[in-house]
Amino acid sequence: MWGRFLRQRLLQLIPVLIGVSFIVFLTMHLTPGDPIEHMLGQAGRVTQEQIDELRAHYGLDRPLIVQYGLFLGNAARGEFGPSYSHHGRTVRSVVAARLPATLELTLFAFVIAIVFAIPAGVIASLRPHGLFDRLATVGALLGISMPGFWLGIVLMIIFGLQRHWLPISGRIDLALIPEYVTGVHTLDALLTANGPAFWSALKHLALPGVAMAAPMAAMVMRMVRSSMIGVLAQDYVQFARAKGLPETTVVGKHALRNALIPTVNIVALQTGLLLSGNMIIETVFQFPGLGKLAVDAIAAADYPLVQAVVLIYAVSYVLLNLVADALHAALDPRVQIA
Amino acid sequence: MAAPLLEVRDLSTCFSTYRGQLRAVDGVGLRIERGETLALVGESGCGKSVTALSIMRLIRRPGRIVRGEVLFEGEDLLRKSGLEMRRIRGGRIAMVFQDPLSTLNPTFSLENQVVESLRIHRVARGKEARERSVRLLEAMGIPAPRERLRSYPHELSGGMRQRVMLAIAVSCEPDLLIADEPTTALDVTLQAQILDLLGQIREERGLATLLITHDLGIVSQFSDRAAVMYAGQVVEEGPVAELLENPLHPYTAGLLRCVPRLGRPDVPIRPIEGSVPDMIALPPGCRFAPRCPEVMERCRVAVPPLYDRGGRRIVRCYIHESGAKPTGPPGAC
Amino acid sequence: MLKLLLANRVAAVAGLLVVAFVMVAIMAPILAPCDPNEQHPEAIRAAPFWRADGDSRFLLGSDSLGRDLLSRIMFGARISILLGVVVVLLTLLVGTGLGMLAGYFGGAFDAVMSRIVDTLLAFPFLIFALAIMAATGPNLVALVSALAFKGWVDFYRVARADVLAAREADYVTAARGVGASTAYILFSEILPNIVPPLIVLAALRMAIIIIAEASLSFLGIGVPPSIPAWGTMVADGRADIASAWWIATFPGLAILTLVLAVNLFGEGLRDALDPRMRQ
Repeated sequence: MWGRFLRQRLLQLIPVLIGVSFIVFLTMHLTPGDPIEHMLGQAGRVTQEQIDELRAHYGLDRPLIVQYGLFLGNAARGEFGPSYSHHGRTVRSVVAARLPATLELTLFAFVIAIVFAIPAGVIASLRPHGLFDRLATVGALLGISMPGFWLGIVLMIIFGLQRHWLPISGRIDLALIPEYVTGVHTLDALLTANGPAFWSALKHLALPGVAMAAPMAAMVMRMVRSSMIGVLAQDYVQFARAKGLPETTVVGKHALRNALIPTVNIVALQTGLLLSGNMIIETVFQFPGLGKLAVDAIAAADYPLVQAVVLIYAVSYVLLNLVADALHAALDPRVQIA
Repeated sequence: MAAPLLEVRDLSTCFSTYRGQLRAVDGVGLRIERGETLALVGESGCGKSVTALSIMRLIRRPGRIVRGEVLFEGEDLLRKSGLEMRRIRGGRIAMVFQDPLSTLNPTFSLENQVVESLRIHRVARGKEARERSVRLLEAMGIPAPRERLRSYPHELSGGMRQRVMLAIAVSCEPDLLIADEPTTALDVTLQAQILDLLGQIREERGLATLLITHDLGIVSQFSDRAAVMYAGQVVEEGPVAELLENPLHPYTAGLLRCVPRLGRPDVPIRPIEGSVPDMIALPPGCRFAPRCPEVMERCRVAVPPLYDRGGRRIVRCYIHESGAKPTGPPGAC
Repeated sequence: MLKLLLANRVAAVAGLLVVAFVMVAIMAPILAPCDPNEQHPEAIRAAPFWRADGDSRFLLGSDSLGRDLLSRIMFGARISILLGVVVVLLTLLVGTGLGMLAGYFGGAFDAVMSRIVDTLLAFPFLIFALAIMAATGPNLVALVSALAFKGWVDFYRVARADVLAAREADYVTAARGVGASTAYILFSEILPNIVPPLIVLAALRMAIIIIAEASLSFLGIGVPPSIPAWGTMVADGRADIASAWWIATFPGLAILTLVLAVNLFGEGLRDALDPRMRQ
């Protein structure tokens, strides 16, 4: 059953990826920016021959269909060719160098959002319109009404500049970079028992992480709250109490599990948005990750790099939905998958 | 005379609504002896379910129990701590609800839900708990119990689910079973089966039962005594056969006239005129007065107290005044 | 009853606030103390008037080119609200139209549409917007297209789901029985019934679009720099956050306030329409 589900979903991944890559491909190639010009920008005077030669070298003189075909073929093997804006490096190596940073930041934001939102939503639902609920609701409304880039800047001002508690740019104190194991600094620091590096990385994650997590935490909290309120009114909750179960079990086991079912979908949706917000936050905090990479690459008309990054985002999105559906089915025995 | 298993005295439960205080249960008193079955009868909204929930102390905001005593085996449940109440719920007093589909948690297997009770009340754990569950389901007449345990509520039929609920209820060997409309959600053939099962459980375990229902048919075949409720108060109580044969309170008589009698096509069905009073703005005087065919002037002035007519027959009506008065008039919320 | 009134009061206040913003936007040329593009080289980075070192000419301070922040914020409201309304209207019409067709006729059209929607959703909005804007340069039409690119999907889904449900409803069957044409059924019978949730969605989408536009302007790829826009102002103020923090903070506060008001109003609308719908 699970095997069939996985196979079906992964098969659905392919047309979506093709669609996405096609859109990006078209957009990049049909818009006026010329990568060759960017590449040669600093080189002073160049002859037409040199330009044509460079163009042929990168295969940019072939018909679009052919270029797309080649691109797809290579992409399927994980080959994206050389980067136009990072000279001498392949797209793959550039992306691989930046991916762990974004993974780390996104995971951090995800964890903060969930750890904060779910308990808050549960507690708020226990006494609707009570003090905690009102505060939480106001907080949530603020969370979804604030532009991410502004929150980031305000956090920078308050915690980084007026009180020098937290750093406001970069991933880690450059003097403290831990030994390379995975590229994820916090993990590497833990694996190599490097305390100072761990704390430095964590401190650098704090502000961008919170800025990214805020809108997601707000939406998830609201979903959990409204879901729990509905669930707590159900008969099976009353029956659980009639069985003599302690209130913590009634709420934490019987009610919560049912409330999480619709919540999983919201979490998946929000995590997808987390990836979008990632680009802005990384730019605000000069965080060297995939998001900032993408923003710069588009400006430089670095097609292969942009395409690779977009593909990564698309794959993440589909995988996210897959996980969400799987969780949904695991939580709710009434749901049929595949 | 031995102390009753359950004795409720002057129980009053109020709900705060935006229009005012709603007296759902107003000065209710009940007695159930060991092994006895008492039926609590009345229309929807008369307060019978709230009475049951009050006994179990399952009333939550915006409702609260404002007055009374609930003596279970001599001890007042209303004075017990949360922890003590939890031990009693499910362990000494068990409750089954009306709709078995919504009362079982849809996301957990049957095994999980049955074993949970056993574990909470320290009856059994692990493998032993599983074995007991199998035997319980078997005793409830569920075929292939071992396989059934692994299924989920939505995979079972209504009758099956009700049996599972009963299994959970009796799993910890309680002394009192409160059954709130246990057959209302089932069709007629299933009703009979479940009632048989209830009867069987009762015999085997010597279980006392508080049966809540609006169905007079069930009352007659299944209970020893019956108490009739109207608008939050008990209006009549007595042994079932007597009550049905010779109702004292005009409301009880009215109820019986509503029920068609098999084999007596000549007896006309006459509905009771009017509707139940607004529980927030109650009229002074007897609550049934606006609809009573035998109403007198004094009925509209003050609520009649309960009169004891001997042989454990009690009635709240001025017509039957000659007798002692066991309870005073109800107070306000 | 009290709580019901209270909740509605909040929504009403929010609605008034939105109207206030709109009025300010419309009357900015009259209300604003200065010309938003006028530079005062002698008073750059002036502090807001309540500070000791503040300048009473610039109530909220001035930016790095000496332009009055308050005036720029007032004028910034114009572009945010205008773009918000235009984009929401566009996505509302397109999404609802497509959704109604997909929901009513189903079949191949519906299948194709759902593939398209799946693909669009997997596409990160920002990258598409970046690509378009980077290619065309600062251009309002392109901006609207970028913002509308994914925005219609929400309207599409709601319209489609509601039409699917309405299709089987009695009043539709009755209309068909009387011989009404498909177009008539769609526009005169079904449409009025699905409008309320769409209106609520429009309000909530407005909030999202305002933030999206501000984000693009912040990155420099939104509104052309000659037009005062809140996102651009925050970006301008970024360099000075260590000393003149107000330059970046106040425009963002304006965004927050407007979006909060729109959200509260939208939710109030939802609560007002919902229980009545469930009769």
